[in-house]
Parts: sequence; C-alpha cells; structure tokens
Amino acid sequence: MSDNATGSDSGNRSPGEAGWYDLFSRGARDWLRHNDKVRDAVRQHLPQIVAGADVLTGGASTVRVPVKMLEHYRFRLRNSNEQQGVGQGQAKPGDRIGRPQQDSENQRGQGGNEDGGVQYTLEFRIDDIVDWLWEEMKLPNLEAKAGRAKEDDWTREGWDRRGARSRLDRRRSMKESIKRRGVQSASGAESPSFTDDDLRYRQLAKREQPAMQAVVILLLDVSGSMGERERQISKTFFFWAIQGLRRQYRHLELVFVAHTSEAWEFEEDEFFKVTGTGGTVASAGLKKVRQVIEERYSPSQYNIYLFYASDGENFPSDQPQAQAALEEVSGDCNYCGFLEVAPLAGAAPDSEIGRLFVDLSRDDDSVGAYRVSGTDDIWNAVRHFFTHASQGS
Amino acid sequence: MPNTMHTEDWQSHISRIEQLARAQGLKYHPVEFEVVPESFMTEIAIYGLPVRMPHWSFGVRYIYQLIQHRMGLSRLFEVVFPGNPGRAYLAKSNSAAENVLVTAHVLGHADFSANNMLFRRSQDQVGEHIVEQAAAHARQIAMAIEEHGLERVELVLDAALSLEQHIDIDQGLRRPRYPEMIAERGPPVNDEFAKRFASLGPDTARPVHSGPAKKAPIPPHPESDLLWFIAQYAPEMEPWERDIFLAVREESFYFYPVFACQIMNEGWASYWHARLLREADFLPAAAYVDAIKCHSDVVRPTATGDNVALQTNPYHLGFSIWEKIVEAQGLEAARRIMAEDDDFSFVRNHLTHDLATELKLFRFKGPATGTLTVQDMDLPSLHEALLHPKYGFGAPRVSAARVHVDGKLELHHDHVTDGRGLDPERARKVLEYVAKVWRRPVSMATVDNDQRSVEISVSPGLTPSFSR
Repeated sequence: MSDNATGSDSGNRSPGEAGWYDLFSRGARDWLRHNDKVRDAVRQHLPQIVAGADVLTGGASTVRVPVKMLEHYRFRLRNSNEQQGVGQGQAKPGDRIGRPQQDSENQRGQGGNEDGGVQYTLEFRIDDIVDWLWEEMKLPNLEAKAGRAKEDDWTREGWDRRGARSRLDRRRSMKESIKRRGVQSASGAESPSFTDDDLRYRQLAKREQPAMQAVVILLLDVSGSMGERERQISKTFFFWAIQGLRRQYRHLELVFVAHTSEAWEFEEDEFFKVTGTGGTVASAGLKKVRQVIEERYSPSQYNIYLFYASDGENFPSDQPQAQAALEEVSGDCNYCGFLEVAPLAGAAPDSEIGRLFVDLSRDDDSVGAYRVSGTDDIWNAVRHFFTHASQGS
Repeated sequence: MPNTMHTEDWQSHISRIEQLARAQGLKYHPVEFEVVPESFMTEIAIYGLPVRMPHWSFGVRYIYQLIQHRMGLSRLFEVVFPGNPGRAYLAKSNSAAENVLVTAHVLGHADFSANNMLFRRSQDQVGEHIVEQAAAHARQIAMAIEEHGLERVELVLDAALSLEQHIDIDQGLRRPRYPEMIAERGPPVNDEFAKRFASLGPDTARPVHSGPAKKAPIPPHPESDLLWFIAQYAPEMEPWERDIFLAVREESFYFYPVFACQIMNEGWASYWHARLLREADFLPAAAYVDAIKCHSDVVRPTATGDNVALQTNPYHLGFSIWEKIVEAQGLEAARRIMAEDDDFSFVRNHLTHDLATELKLFRFKGPATGTLTVQDMDLPSLHEALLHPKYGFGAPRVSAARVHVDGKLELHHDHVTDGRGLDPERARKVLEYVAKVWRRPVSMATVDNDQRSVEISVSPGLTPSFSR
C-alpha cells in the first residue's frame, strides 16, 4: 500500500493490478486454524465418534463427523426473560407482533458475538484417525513374524566394476576417481578425470525377506441369534482391527466368511447383509477358514490373522470338533481373536466358543478372546487384541 | 468485468466530486481510493482492518460472512479508514455509477472523522495511520508466533481479544501506573464545620492527600480498563505477552469512535452523498439515476409500506436526523453538532418526538420468546432503547476490584446497572482465558437469575508457568 503515495495517482491502477490482494486469504487461514482446534477437540472423543464408522474397505478413506463451530467467549449478560428494543414501521401502541423466525439471526451481527450453534461436518482421514488412536492408546505395531512368512526379492547388495549403465553409482565412482587422481598426482603423472576402472555399478542379489503380505480372515456368525445390534458391533470392530493391520502391511487381503451350521465365503458388500437361519456350528466356520488358508494363503507366504465375531453360543455336541478345528487354524495364523458379542456387559468371555479360545490362549499367546456388549467396548477390544498380539509374536 | 471502462469514468469524476465537497465546506485529509476484490472487502469487514492479527475467531466470523454473503444478505460498497491520508477501499463489483455515490459517501466519512471530537481524540492518541499500525501489530504477533509457538501466542490472544471491549475510553491510551503510595488522611478536625459536614451523610469524595503515606491498594479504585490493568499488573506476564495485550487495546481505542458514532457517521456520509450527488451536474443522466437508486437502497427504512420491522437501519435513522438538523438549524449548526456529539448525545438531543413519529419508530417489549407488544411513544425510553446496546462498548460492565496478596484477581460485575447477571458459562470460559495469562486464580462476582450473588472462580490449574 505504501507504493500508493498520493491520492491523485491511486486511481490509475486497473482493478487487475490489485490482484495481489488475492494473495491474502487471512479469513481462510484463520478458518483453517479454527478447524485444527476443532480437530484437536474431536480427537479427545475419537473412540466414541469412530464407533459409528460405516465402511470396511474401498473408496471411502475419510469419515465425516458433525461438529459445532467453536465460540470465542466474551462476557455476556444472561439471557433475559424479557426483551425490548426499537422497531420501525406501521405500528400503534398496544399492537402485538409475532416474532419472525430470522430475528435471532439478525441480532448476531454486532460485536462479534458469534453464535456457537451452527453445525457443519469435518472430514477426517481414516489414516490420521488410526495414527492418532495408536498414539493415544499407545498400541504397539505388529511385527511380521520372523522365520515364518518369507518371500524372495531382489535387493541391492555390493558394487562391481561391471554392470548395466542404469545401475552406475555416480557418487561411488567419483570417490574412486578422486582416490586414483590423488595417488597419481602425488607421483607427478598426468591423470585423466575418469577411467573405466573408476566406475562402480550397484549389484543386485536375490535374498529371502520377511513377507509383507497379509490376509485377514473375518469370520462372522450369522445365525438367528446375531441381531442387527450384534452385527453393527462386529462390523465396527472388524473395521478398526483392519485399519490397525493396514498400518503394518503394504498388501492386506480380506476374506469374508459367514457361517451358521454351514459356512460360505462372501464378497464384502454382501457379507454384512447375510442372514442365516438355524443354529451355530462353530466348527463349520473354522473348517471353512482352514480350507481357504490351505487353498489360497500358504502360511509360508502370508501373515494370517483371524478375527471371529459371534455371540458364542455353540451346540455342545460341536465343541470337540470346534476345538480341534481351532487348534489347526491357530497353528497357521499369526493371531486368532474372538470377539464375543454379548447382550450384557460382563468380565470374561464365558460362552461355549469363548471358553475354547480362552482355554487355548493359556498355552498359546497368539490366541485371544474379548467380550463386548456395546460400541463403547470396541476400543477396549481393539486394545486388548493388539497389545496381546504383539506380545505373542 | 464489463465496467472496466466505466471505472475510468468514475476516476475522472473523483476530483470533480472532491471539488464539490470542498466547495460545500467539507474539510478532510486526503483520501486514497483503492478498488479491491470482493473477498478482500469481506475480510476487511470481518477483521475491522485491512491487515490484522491472526486469530481463529476471525475464521468463524469469516465463515458466517461467507454464508450470509452467499445468501445475498449483505453487500459492502466501501470501507473507509480515518487517518492522514484516509484510506478508502471500494468493492470491485460496484458499478461506475455506484462508485460515484460511494466516493461522495467516503468524503462524508472523511469529513466526519477529521472533525468529530471522539475521532480526533482517538487519532491524537492512536495516531493517524491505523492501517499501518494494525499491520505492524500483525507482524509483531507473527514474530511472537515464530519465537514462542502458535499455541502460546494463541492463549494470549484468546484472553486479549475476549476483553477487547473492556477498555476505559476516558482514561487515555497511554496512562501511567497507579501511584505506589497514597497519603493517609489526617485525623478529622472537630469543629463546627466538620459537624455540619458530617450531617450531610457519608463522605464519598476522594481522600484528601495529607499525612503520612501508605502503600496504595491495587487497583486503588475499580478499574474497567481490563486490558491495561492486566498488562500492567499481571504477576508473571512476559513482556511479549503484555505487548500483545497493549496492541489489542490500541486497536480497541481505534474501534471505539467508529462504534460510538455509527448512527451519526453513517447518517452524515449518507447526507453528503445525497447532497453532492444532487449537485453533480456533470454526471450522465443514466448514471445519476443508477446512483440515486443505490442511495435509496442504502438509506431505506427497514420496513416500508404496512410492514413492521424489529430493528432500525442506522443509515436511515442518521440520514433523517441530519436532514432535519440542516433544514431547521442550517449547515453551520449541523457541522458544530457533527464535531461535538457522539451517538448518545446526538440521538438524545436531535431525535425529536415529531421525527420519531414521522420515521414510525416504536418501542417494543415482551417475553424473550413469544409475542411482543408495541409500547406507548415515550421519547426518553425510546432513546434509551436505541442506545442501550451501545453503552460500555456494547459489553457488560466488568471491573477489576482487587488483587489479593497471593495474586488472586477479583473481578466485579456491575449487575445493578446492567440489570442482570453475567451468563455464567461464558464468564467461566473468559476467566479461564484470563487465568492463563494472569497465572493466578481469577474470580468474578455477579448475580444469578434471582439476583443472588454468585462468585465464579477459576484457577490457572496445571497451566505451565512458562518460566524459562
């Protein structure tokens, strides 16, 4: 503005030259800062908010959270139960006036008494939320199991004087050149800047590496006893468990298996809509899982995680078979977790299937069970499984 | 925009309008006109100044303004900043004809701010370059952010801006600290006069300074300039934090006359744009008609025909009062009133019964929700109802009453004058802001809905004392 020294020539600038004003966007900047503060506030309540998330995989990488605008507080008088003011228009003393709806809107304008009442939605990246949560809950990162899943891959290893031009290591070659010239100039000889002997090429070698591939098998009991609420809990739990694993693995495959007394593999979009009739036969589900692993996911190449959600009621006659199937499956898996979705809050899983997992977890760290009765517990379940799984590995 | 060519027409008119204005006796500092994009106008409206310190609360206002703007509720033609030179920002979207009117309007404002006493006093204190000074404050705060981090600076701004209206305009911008010692009063003399004097009732006058000095309490009297008081007497505030408080306070001293003369000032500018336009015979007829239409949009009463509105348009009110004054008393008298009054005296002295009736102003009253009743025309009550929102810079009357030996700050709310207590939740939040810079407990005495005294008390808690 200081270039605009006298009033008379200020008018000569075309509006286009005033374009530098567009460089300011202080309002937008302060609005973003406000949003950061809202985010911080939201972060404090994340577990409750994310419990309602609605997607497992695919497109949506964000969740939308309704929030209120923050209010910058000032001293203000209490709301009076009486109002007065000055109006204007065709009115006689004693006239009664109904209040138009927008009246409160108009009172807001002055003095910056911004109303805290407007709601809007903030979008959160799920990755960010997961990062926050892991930080907040101090959850460990899962390690790929050593000595287990391996894959061969090319890796850089050493240098050679011969090689493809694309793998020429310039920095290294330069070093060699400097060394050589140092020696040669000391002996007084003429030294060319580069010789073929200076060149160094990176070499590749085939080495076995821990697999970064993983598969999560989600096993869901869809028998008649699993109602809408139980499924919502299971689904939300699955979602966050998967997000946690995603932090660790570049490639994460998902397998959806539903069972009643039989078991089927589904695509994701159908998975949560499936309803079955009939009772629960846990061994059917576990056998199906076993079959999927055998056919497609060799434990030597994949890190395998199983999460099983059910109310846990199993036919007593199926218990021995279920136990055998579980033992087989757990041998193949990095971790097997059982989420007991109970109607009532309770301490430990005490259903038929729950007991199988609990029994097995006494000897095997890579098995765990947790009982939830509502969406509020999901966080504890995730925490339980993840701390547990990292100790087990 | 198709009006680029016309914009040049407007620019050629500026000097002719200025000639007219000076011929009519307007006396003002030079004004620099600048055409700026809409977005910039919006920001000026929100921040109150072209460049101002960053704070998230402005972001909230920004969004409200954007929403309102999209709904077409408001349109800004111009913003003028008093000073030498004055600075006028005109919206790029104004048509050339509108800009002719806006130019005349701006000159009215420039005349007002160069002559009105409240404005002159403020410029004597704050200086004549508020735009540059506010930009310097913004830079100072940007540097503080760099040095101390956004969070810490934001804590200070949260507190300072929430007390923005709590200054004492009568005390002056640069005021000395309280005297450390006050003289003790000597023993009362027991003579005939003293007896008669005592019979007059309790002595409320200031103590006579005589006898041995003693340490003065802090504050020696209730202090309503909270920004100053905290900056001066906070037990552990750091120098850069005090500077932020004083920067906010300086801007408040600038904002006060704008706030306290809104009706007069907008009315004066509207009066002059109308009058200058009438005499601008150099304007093409079409432009003249467009400009007149713009004028009637601006000074339109909030309700026309048989309608009723629960608010008034300050442009319309001010314009009508000024027209009456010039008609009845002449321009000379009007200029004197312009120089001497503020909205309080202006409305009380010049909004007459006849004019109020002519403008169809009425006072209404009623429960907070539900039907309102139109009251009898009672001029003093009408004045008070109009002026009520303007008392004390529009904020409740809060003062610093006492600082305890342990540093606790006691604030006091004058609920008797304000008629009711403070909103307790908001008061608590503001105290939380304040406690973070005062770094000792802070309390507020006010009343609840049944006029029973309540004390709201906040400790800085585990806020780090930021000692380095």
